[in-house]
This record gives sequence, C-alpha cells and structure tokens, in this order.
Amino acid sequence: MYNFEFERPSSVDDAVQSLGGEALALGGGQTLIPALKQRLNQPDKLVSLTGISELNGISMLSDGRLSVKGATTHATVAEQAREHYPALADLARHIGDPAVRNRGTIGGSLANNDPAACYPAAVLGSDATVVTNAREISASDFFTGMFATVLSDNEIITEVRFQVPSSANYQKFLQPASRFALTGVFVAKFADGVRVAVTGASENGVFRWADAESALSANFTQSAVENSSVSPDGMISDLHGSAAYRASLVKTLTKRAVAAAS
Amino acid sequence: MSKVTMTVNGRATSGDVEGRTLLSSYLRDTLGLTGTHIGCDTSQCGTCVVHVDGKVVKSCTMLALEADGAVVDTIEGQANADGSLNVIQQAFQDHHGLQCGFCTPGMVMSAAALLKDNPKPSESEIRKYLEGNLCRCTGYHNIVKAILAASGQDVSVVAAE
Repeated sequence: MYNFEFERPSSVDDAVQSLGGEALALGGGQTLIPALKQRLNQPDKLVSLTGISELNGISMLSDGRLSVKGATTHATVAEQAREHYPALADLARHIGDPAVRNRGTIGGSLANNDPAACYPAAVLGSDATVVTNAREISASDFFTGMFATVLSDNEIITEVRFQVPSSANYQKFLQPASRFALTGVFVAKFADGVRVAVTGASENGVFRWADAESALSANFTQSAVENSSVSPDGMISDLHGSAAYRASLVKTLTKRAVAAAS
Repeated sequence: MSKVTMTVNGRATSGDVEGRTLLSSYLRDTLGLTGTHIGCDTSQCGTCVVHVDGKVVKSCTMLALEADGAVVDTIEGQANADGSLNVIQQAFQDHHGLQCGFCTPGMVMSAAALLKDNPKPSESEIRKYLEGNLCRCTGYHNIVKAILAASGQDVSVVAAE
C-alpha cells in the first residue's frame, strides 16, 4: 500500500474541507483498505469519517421514515433497526462476517456501489433518500452504474432515509468464497405498490425489476411472477455464474423473498 | 509519521506510525505482539482478529491511526493473571480445537466476543459467528466443540469426532 496522509476530523464540515484533490473519504475501510493494498487506488490523503459523532445513529423521523446516519456500522443497523424495519436489520445482519460488520458502514457501502453489495438493493427497494452534506438524492437517481454514483469528490453521505414498507424481505445467493451476493433481491410491499430491487446481477449495478413489481402489486404471491422472466442481456457473467444463471436466480430469489415477506 | 496511542491488553502504548500503517502491523512490528497473525491480508481469513473497544475487528483491515485512543485486546492478553490458559484456550486444548495453530488466535478472539454477547450459543450460532474465521486443518468440528465446552454446554451434540 502506498503511503498517504491521514486525517480524522470530528465534524462533517471539517471533513468536507479536508476532501478535494486526490483525497478520499474513509468509512469503515472494509473495501477501500483492501483496494489500497492492491494499489487499485492511490489517494494522497484519507479523511476518516469514523470520528464524527453526528454521522452515527438510527432514529425514526416524524414523517415515519427511518433515518440511518452515514457512518453507522452494519452491526449497529442489525441491532438497532430491528424494531423499526426488520428486513433492513436482517440484511445488515448478513453482510460479510461479524468483524466486517463492526467496521463497515452504510455510507461507505453506498458510495462504493459495488455491483454485488447488499445495501443498494435495500435503498432502491425502499425508495430511500440519500442525504449528503450538499443535497438530498432520490435512490432512483443515486446509482449510475457499476462502482459509480452521482456523488462528487468532496461530497459525504450523511444520512439515508428509508421509507418503511408494510412488509419486506431480502434474499441473496452467496458467492461462497467472497461471501458477497452472487445475486440478491430486495422485495418491499408498500400501500401503493411493490418494489423489487436486484443487486449482483446487472453489469450496470442495482436495478428495479419492473415486470415483477407490476405483477406483485396486483397479486403479492410467488405464483404472480411465475410467468415473468428477466433477460440475461447485460447480466454479469463470470466463473461463478453465467448471465443466464443470474437471470434465473433473480426470479428464484424474488419468489423466496415474496414467500418470506408474506 | 504521526503519533498513535492506545491501550493494548491493559497497558498504555504509543508509537510513531505512517498513515498506511495497519493496526496489525502496529501490534506485531511496533509492539512485538506477534500472536496476532497475518494470514490472507485481505480480511477473509480472520487470523488477525482482535477486539477494539470490545468489538471484533480484522486488524489487517483497520489503520493504526483509526485505533488512536482505543482499547485493544489481543490474544496475548487472554490468559489468566497467573499465566494459565483461560477457559476458552483450555477448551481448545482439551477438545483438540487446533492442529497447526495458525488460525487459533483469531478463533479464540472471535469466540471470546461471541461468548460475551451470547454466553450459551447454539452450535448453529457458533458456526455462523465463525464465518469470517477460516481454519484449514480441523474441519471446524473440534473448534465448535471447544467453544460449546467453554460456554459450559454439552459437546456431544456436535456430530463429528
């Protein structure tokens, strides 16, 4: 790993001031530190977000949305979101392993937008709002492709506000070595319809499966998606699974999520 | 270089580190605490697991400067005050929970964290908790037995010998 300057500010304003140029924000580091070791990234400065108390915590907002601050760890979400949004807590409880969950943060995961990460499916599936130091971004605008988001270089995710569905579930098929989702599906049932968000499948990152959403909005049962299918065009194909395999997984996992959420 | 200060196994420590210095390097190279192992160096294998402020972390995937001011516990601090093995360590010996021993420091540290939160875990809970700790010798059964035994539970429920 090449050397870099390290700063650990105690406020979001100071962190934003420290960013810019070749500096990078450091969340829990569970992706960024391995990437630095492989020299896939060469920042001249890392600005740690773990010393900022205003970036930590979970609370219900007066409008019924669940607020998760940007540097909240997966372990904290798993524990503290349980009573407010069980499906989200359950998703967090199955990211990586216990040690990874004690460091990894929701903001870090979303800013990285790994095509196989779990959180993007929950954010898109819950029609969440990503709040930064500069603006509020709808989930449908936030993700722009594999490892890509609309965030600018000196923008920090301060909070994620989730709509809480009446029922929801996330199912993933593990890639057994990395323990990332080979494919994962988040299904959320709201009063005005069902959202189905898929991660780990598309070369463009997380996406919504519109056909399943309309079928499930009309009839929230496994059989409703029996005649729907996802095209393997544009799906990830690698040694772990072909595009057709992933397309098949999307449907299978959607049905499992519907069964678990029903 | 920046100065870092942390309490390791109850002792105040400090040292000069670079931005890129990992917590695992600080423990091993600066403090000489080589019980914390580096296996994969990619946060997969768990041999580098230590406790930071009471929580398990992979010390190869945390910068030393991130632990500034923290309380860190490593395998060297696990034995009883008189130097004898603690309950978990003794159970690993009694139940043959190690062969080559390379993964053992991480296994013991993970087990200690699990039993603190969940004093009587089921076999399934133990296996799930250890998903970030790899062992290439034992096939895990005896590690699971050792942790069950350390929690004061019957180990005969673990199928394989």
